[in-house]
Amino acid sequence: MKIIIKNKSELPIYEQIEQQMKAQILEGKVSEDEQLPSIRQLARDLKISVITTTRVYNDLAEEGFIISVAGKGYFVAPKNNELLHERMLFEMEDGLQKAVTNGRNAGLSDDEIMQALKKFLEE
Amino acid sequence: METILEIKNLNKAYQDFALKNVSFSLPRGYIMGFVGQNGSGKTTTIRAILNMAKIDSGKISVFGLDSVTDTIAIKKRLGVVFDSLYLAEHLNVRQIEQQLKPFYPDWNSEEFFMKIKNFNLPDNKKIGDFSKGMKMKLMVAVALSHRAELIILDEPTSGLDPVARDELLDILSEYIEDENRGVLFSTHITADVERIADYVTVLHNGAVWFTGLKDDLSEKYAVIKGAEEDVPESLKEKMIGFHAYRNGFEALIETEYLAGIPASLEYEKASIDEILIYIAKEDKHERNSEHHEI
Repeated sequence: MKIIIKNKSELPIYEQIEQQMKAQILEGKVSEDEQLPSIRQLARDLKISVITTTRVYNDLAEEGFIISVAGKGYFVAPKNNELLHERMLFEMEDGLQKAVTNGRNAGLSDDEIMQALKKFLEE
Repeated sequence: METILEIKNLNKAYQDFALKNVSFSLPRGYIMGFVGQNGSGKTTTIRAILNMAKIDSGKISVFGLDSVTDTIAIKKRLGVVFDSLYLAEHLNVRQIEQQLKPFYPDWNSEEFFMKIKNFNLPDNKKIGDFSKGMKMKLMVAVALSHRAELIILDEPTSGLDPVARDELLDILSEYIEDENRGVLFSTHITADVERIADYVTVLHNGAVWFTGLKDDLSEKYAVIKGAEEDVPESLKEKMIGFHAYRNGFEALIETEYLAGIPASLEYEKASIDEILIYIAKEDKHERNSEHHEI
């Protein structure tokens, strides 16, 4: 897993890590069932607070991206996990909604917004 | 969670300065940043923990032991790093090792010389001739070689270059991977604790201004800016360290008051540095400080 922390980002460190981990899990860059570094290892590697990495793993586990196995550590959750699917649907709807709002704010008609969406689908 | 260090209602008065009811605690497994401007009482507090200053009242427990009656037992399990060397300057590293060994039952010579090697310290040179960064690393090596469970650092990074500061953060990150240990890190270079600290205690004028999770501190305060005429009086009262200049104003504010503020005002999250600056500015105003008690 590759993680880059920007100190000057407006996003808090935990959110930066969560976003990057989610993206890599969704894109399949880390395989299912892959073991993740422990909370304290990750904190050491990134030179950040243990509280921050604890929060990251708790959030990701709650959202179904990773699972905690007692006594063994954290693993990437299996892809067919329903929760993850729900989550992806939610993210898609959220993105579409933002796109529509931005399009309307820019004064586009519904047709023009549809055209723009189609262009992306054909890519 | 088991606490490794607990201070309860610590009072210590000098002629011109006093610690006032200082209380905070650090659970095992975590790093606490101990910040405040020079003269806020950080070193006095640390001296009290080490029983180097007699306390007037209050109680300090380290590893569950009493700082006054169990001071010898505590010191065997404690590592300290000060901003200046407490070791004999005319000796070299090998001689220092011989000198320290008898004091610590858990002293590990192999570990010590491995750290000396890792830290690139010469073992045949007088330590008085070491650079500031090398002296700091030597003190850290000593702390790590007697299996200290708690390391207390008092301004270890003042006068250090960025590379040496970064190395120290590396060492502490590695140290704390063992969840039974703890670190109390006093500094006025807050960037050092901004990233690695789990907890933060802010001292101001001898009293605790904030103590708790660092993330809670970061989320609690914002820096607000804008034109003074856009600020409703009710909002202005809640600002800390309000400072007006020709083109506008700046102040610190608790984020809970940000809801419903005029859109012309801008705000962004406050760094620990900024928090310290605005507390100091607030002081100069001598305004009533009731709204930033913990």
